Amino acid sequence: MTLTREQMARRVARELQDGFYVNLGIGIPTLVANYIPEGMQVMLQSENGLLGMGPFPTEAELDADMINAGKQTVTALPGASIFSSAESFAMIRGGHIDLTVLGAFEVDVQGNIASWMVPGKLIKGMGGSMDLVAGADNIIVTMTHCSKDGQSKLLSECSLPLTGAGCIRRVLTDLAYLEIIDGAFHLKERAPGVSVEEIAEKTAGKLVIPDHVPEMTFA
Amino acid sequence: MAGFDKRVASVQEALDGLQDGMTLIAGGFGLCGIPENLIQEIRRRGTRDLTVVSNNCGVDGFGLGVLLEDRQVRKIIASYVGENALFERQMLDGKLEVELTPQGTLAEKMRAGGAGIPAFYTATGYGTPVAEGKETREFDGRHYVLEPAIRGDFAIVKGWKADWYGNVIYRHTAQNFNPLVATAGRITVVEVEEIVPPGTLPPDQIHTPGIYVDRLLCGRFEKRIEQRTLSA
Repeated sequence: MTLTREQMARRVARELQDGFYVNLGIGIPTLVANYIPEGMQVMLQSENGLLGMGPFPTEAELDADMINAGKQTVTALPGASIFSSAESFAMIRGGHIDLTVLGAFEVDVQGNIASWMVPGKLIKGMGGSMDLVAGADNIIVTMTHCSKDGQSKLLSECSLPLTGAGCIRRVLTDLAYLEIIDGAFHLKERAPGVSVEEIAEKTAGKLVIPDHVPEMTFA
Repeated sequence: MAGFDKRVASVQEALDGLQDGMTLIAGGFGLCGIPENLIQEIRRRGTRDLTVVSNNCGVDGFGLGVLLEDRQVRKIIASYVGENALFERQMLDGKLEVELTPQGTLAEKMRAGGAGIPAFYTATGYGTPVAEGKETREFDGRHYVLEPAIRGDFAIVKGWKADWYGNVIYRHTAQNFNPLVATAGRITVVEVEEIVPPGTLPPDQIHTPGIYVDRLLCGRFEKRIEQRTLSA
């Protein structure tokens, strides 16, 4: 079975550590906030200038001046700080964020990522994604293994315009968890019930398969 | 105007000297912390061929989006423009030039512009279309792209409170790009929700010192919410 969005978020949540400052992108990455393990302190950074982002507000708490990078109304937790966009990206570019989770259209064996532009279709812009992938050491890309028409998104070489070059080392798809090492995807874990053969068939870029590929567990 | 008193009498006076073809830098993130009153006045004035520098371009019918309705914008420099159908149509028709810039690079371009730094190196965008045609350099084995600073003929800013001298405090995440924008204008205009006498605001809580501010006015704000999300 392919992983649900919630299962993908729960797998990413296993990578969280107590005391981590984390930036979560839009989509599946946002769901990771729902699975922070009990008793663990993780502080969420939103690149519009908020560190210590809390849940959505109640009607009474709703405030137009308090939003996240997805322009959704949010709250600030006790101990939060708010700052300018330049300060926010100093944190990001300066490597102060412990974990960045974001989505992508394509990833390749060189660690390149394409996530912001499909030529010929609407070009919305990269927002903060290029700064996030350039600045973080510890990045997890979450995406479906294949596009809607069945094409592999794990490639020898990205076909779309890049968001960043050589900056991705870890990818979680709805089929597998993989690491990118020396120009190849290394299969580390498979989704429960998904065969190594299926993953190999759906991975276009070079894939290294160890003798034993454990089934994924979740936070 | 006397001494350090930056207050102007009207929104018209606040934009005195804004001309066709100028570069306008605007604060705000989405619709949060945008100078609503100054944007409406630019629309009323009908100033054309503007180059607008802002993280986003508003939505259809609100924020900077209203400047598209009469085609007042020639070029926009922004990081994300996905909220606006009129924008998309003008861009695809070739009537609007768009320079997409990574959000952190855009913020730093404004900061550098205001701080007298003509350009800076950043790893952001290296190996991507953003770096095409730009100078690159290696430092300690890593590649960086040279990005020029940005300054504007006018900078328009939304603050929360200010004193007569133009010392500004922002509220919550309505801060965003505003303090950077405030430094990067040849003429910086700030609109706030409340203007107080000097000495009222704590000096160590000021986000934008008055030295950056040329004109100050008090406005009324709709504060439209783009994504109204509530907890269950």
